[in-house]
Amino acid sequence: MDWEIVIGLEIHAQLATRSKIFSGAATAYGAAANSQACLVDLGYPGVLPVLNAEVVNMAIRFGLATGCTIADVSVFARKNYFYPDLPKGYQISQYELPIVHDGQLEIVNGDTRKTVRIVRAHLEEDAGKSLHEDFDGRTGIDLNRAGTPLLEIVSAPDLRSASEAGTYMRRIHSLVQYLEICDGNLEEGSFRCDANVSVRRNGDTKLGTRTELKNLNSFRFVEKAIEIEAQRQIDLIEDGGKVVQETRLFDPNRSVTRPMRSKEEANDYRYFPDPDLLPVQISAQRIAEVRNGLPELPDAKRDRFCSEYELSAYDADVLTAQRALADYFEAVVAKTSARPKIAANWITSELLGALNREGLDVGASRIDAPALANLLDRITDATISGKIGKEVFDAVWAGEGDVESIIDERGLRQITDTASIEALVDEVLAANPGQVEQYRSGKTQVIGFLVGQVMKASKGKANPQQVNTILRDKLGPTQ
Amino acid sequence: MHTQTLAQLSKALRDKRISSRELTALLLDRIAAHDDSLNCFITTTPELALEQAAAADARIAAGEATPLTGIPIAHKDIFCTSGVRTSCGSRMLHEFVSPYDATVVARLAAAGTVTLGKTNMDEFAMGSSNETSFYGAVQNPWRSGLVPGGSSGGSAAAVAARLCPAATGTDTGGSIRQPAALTGVTGLKPTYGRVSRYGMIAFASSLDQAGPITRTAQDAALMLAAMSGFDERDSTSLTDPVPDYVGELAQRIDGLRIGVPENFFDAGLDADNAAAVREALAELERLGAKLSAVNLRNVHLSVPAYYVVAPAEASSNLSRFDGIRFGYRSARAGDDLREFYMRNRGEGFGQEVKRRILTGTYVLSAGYYDAYYLQAQKVRRLISDDFAAAFKEVDVIAGPTTPTPAFPIGQKMDDPVQMYLNDIYTIGANLAGLPAMSVPCGFVDDLPVGLQLIAPHRAEGLLLRVAHQFQLATDWHTRQPAAFA
Repeated sequence: MDWEIVIGLEIHAQLATRSKIFSGAATAYGAAANSQACLVDLGYPGVLPVLNAEVVNMAIRFGLATGCTIADVSVFARKNYFYPDLPKGYQISQYELPIVHDGQLEIVNGDTRKTVRIVRAHLEEDAGKSLHEDFDGRTGIDLNRAGTPLLEIVSAPDLRSASEAGTYMRRIHSLVQYLEICDGNLEEGSFRCDANVSVRRNGDTKLGTRTELKNLNSFRFVEKAIEIEAQRQIDLIEDGGKVVQETRLFDPNRSVTRPMRSKEEANDYRYFPDPDLLPVQISAQRIAEVRNGLPELPDAKRDRFCSEYELSAYDADVLTAQRALADYFEAVVAKTSARPKIAANWITSELLGALNREGLDVGASRIDAPALANLLDRITDATISGKIGKEVFDAVWAGEGDVESIIDERGLRQITDTASIEALVDEVLAANPGQVEQYRSGKTQVIGFLVGQVMKASKGKANPQQVNTILRDKLGPTQ
Repeated sequence: MHTQTLAQLSKALRDKRISSRELTALLLDRIAAHDDSLNCFITTTPELALEQAAAADARIAAGEATPLTGIPIAHKDIFCTSGVRTSCGSRMLHEFVSPYDATVVARLAAAGTVTLGKTNMDEFAMGSSNETSFYGAVQNPWRSGLVPGGSSGGSAAAVAARLCPAATGTDTGGSIRQPAALTGVTGLKPTYGRVSRYGMIAFASSLDQAGPITRTAQDAALMLAAMSGFDERDSTSLTDPVPDYVGELAQRIDGLRIGVPENFFDAGLDADNAAAVREALAELERLGAKLSAVNLRNVHLSVPAYYVVAPAEASSNLSRFDGIRFGYRSARAGDDLREFYMRNRGEGFGQEVKRRILTGTYVLSAGYYDAYYLQAQKVRRLISDDFAAAFKEVDVIAGPTTPTPAFPIGQKMDDPVQMYLNDIYTIGANLAGLPAMSVPCGFVDDLPVGLQLIAPHRAEGLLLRVAHQFQLATDWHTRQPAAFA
């Protein structure tokens, strides 16, 4: 039996404001517990929320970048429930009238391109954190995160595989960083995802019962969790069981999903418009101002890279997938005399290879853009060969020094002095009379072997073009 | 000296006929002498008061006084006061000391007022008799054994008994005007948003509004001028500049069009109370106003609409009182989180508060939201529209504040519907966000009754002017309860 997997994602992007969504407290990560929670965040008697105008601009940026309708009027609503890390006993969110809605995003997954609908994106405040360890069986509450602004981005159930979901999540991750509205830091929880997963038999038009996988905080976990959950549902149905609508957690250590609560409680959040906050009104003028301030978006950047730098569509795609990588590329191009295509090759192969090996972001690269530009310049001006360039790259990466000092100290400069190369060529010709004879009798392809021998004798430092020319001169004409 | 109005005391202070310290000490003595019987105050703050009085005297001596500098006042215990217990009339906050001042408190302090203490109130402002207070009922200064009204019952009784010339109150459905009427003082609920709600413990956020309780309209104008104005910490606060309320008072009211809602005088209104209000309307006519009937056809729906909207908001506003960060925590609260919440809230809140939390939770629940909450919001719109239509024809609306004079303590506690009907004439102004006042307009069986005046949005100046002109022509507001002469 063939099954179709149906997935919708709810992505929580923490907006990169300096202060909270409804108070003036700071949002910096990693401060001492409860040191960044003011009376408003603590839900003290009598305090009132005041909307941080910057979060509205950030939501508009996202809406514009995804073709969403920006609501003239949107409304904050209270989502009521009791939990110790929710100080007011309600979360201020948006319910019936979100700030932006009905947009879309195109993704490319393997060979397929598809448009994923974005149902809505709404503003809300984050809750605090409950810490269940290190308190002798009691629970600690850290309210630093309470009131941190979030944009919840809700996709339609348009995704059909774990890998598509991963691609969509990466695309949103890239976009919010392009827009400078989220730092995209998955480890610190600035970018999290819930996945709604259901399965149905191929050809069925009705959606199956879905489960919600909560708090997936890496691309790999999203893909893995969806795969495992979809398989669980398929196995369950094939064994004659039924999927129960519930919230589940992914346990990456055991590669299983399990229900979040032992006793599933039907929560009634009793949403109603928050009377402490006025409806958010957004004028056409404000939208125009935000539009004017939008940075270049990934698609436009990709097209420009193709035309301006004469890159292949593939290279342009890879380089523009992350804004930081695109910026890195342009910083290298601006500094080096090497052709952009050369820079692109080095970045997509050497740099990304090294970053991936160590699981680093481009921001944490051990070789910065000026250093790479420097390296490419030395290759372009023939100070070193491309092959030696890779050795220098590895040495810089390993922290053994800068480009120039590594070239100098290791004597990696290319040999371009004709007399030295002639001497090496003479040695090689004298040592290989058989190959010389073959060449002269017309088997000219042995020149490759002779070039190799000269390069070996020079420890790779001889200029290959020069070696070739001198060899041909000395070998003379063939018969 | 204690019988003088705020305006008179202000002059006496600046003329150096009395110092703020002397005046403060005198009123603290009166509170000490009378409050055992009245129970107006939950907390008195003599040290703070004398300290503020000394600062006020220095300011007066330096010639930097405002009209309120050195005036002792009391704050309803719903306003957060830094370093002073802010109980909101509840066991839940019996030990809560606020770390900050409400904007109203800060503004009045900046004007130079002296804080005598925090006044008794219905628990979380939920009540019309001051009987739901954790600190016990307040006695009506006019007759022991009767309620002073609520929820600002402590503030109204304190002003009526001449324990202070002015006090702050809050009005969600009539909680300033109704006790003002029942104790023979002047109470003003401003336009929604005119006075900041920051630091005022929320009952029903879309209805709550702070205002002054004084003996005269002139004093109310002085207080309101200091209390009101835009506050960036309250998103619903009005941005318009504060007009010169005091300056407008002297204008006569010849030709002013006053609308009388005839359905306010139906069978629910006590006949003697009605007669006193009719006589007040005749007095306004003698002052040159033109009376005409207006039709507030949906006003009979104001009580049911209010008792959906207000509890809905309250059920959410009071969720923060969970015993985790502040407030009452039961000694019996165990390890189980659910049990912990149930104990803290079950023991910390009183009956009426629990009744409203349950009502509010119910009307917001899935399946009931449309039938109750949304329907009530529609009714609210209809009532606002009625007022808007009436104000096309008239400048001010006038009628009774309450159906009856003060009633005995205990009489209505077992009948919430009867209790809620006390606010039938006052709730409309809250639902529509309009400014409204109650001024003393006569007596029934030696008990004061009030005339209610309602004006269009932002027209506090007009309201105060009508009340002032009425008080120039009458002396009801000067009568004082004999036991506290």
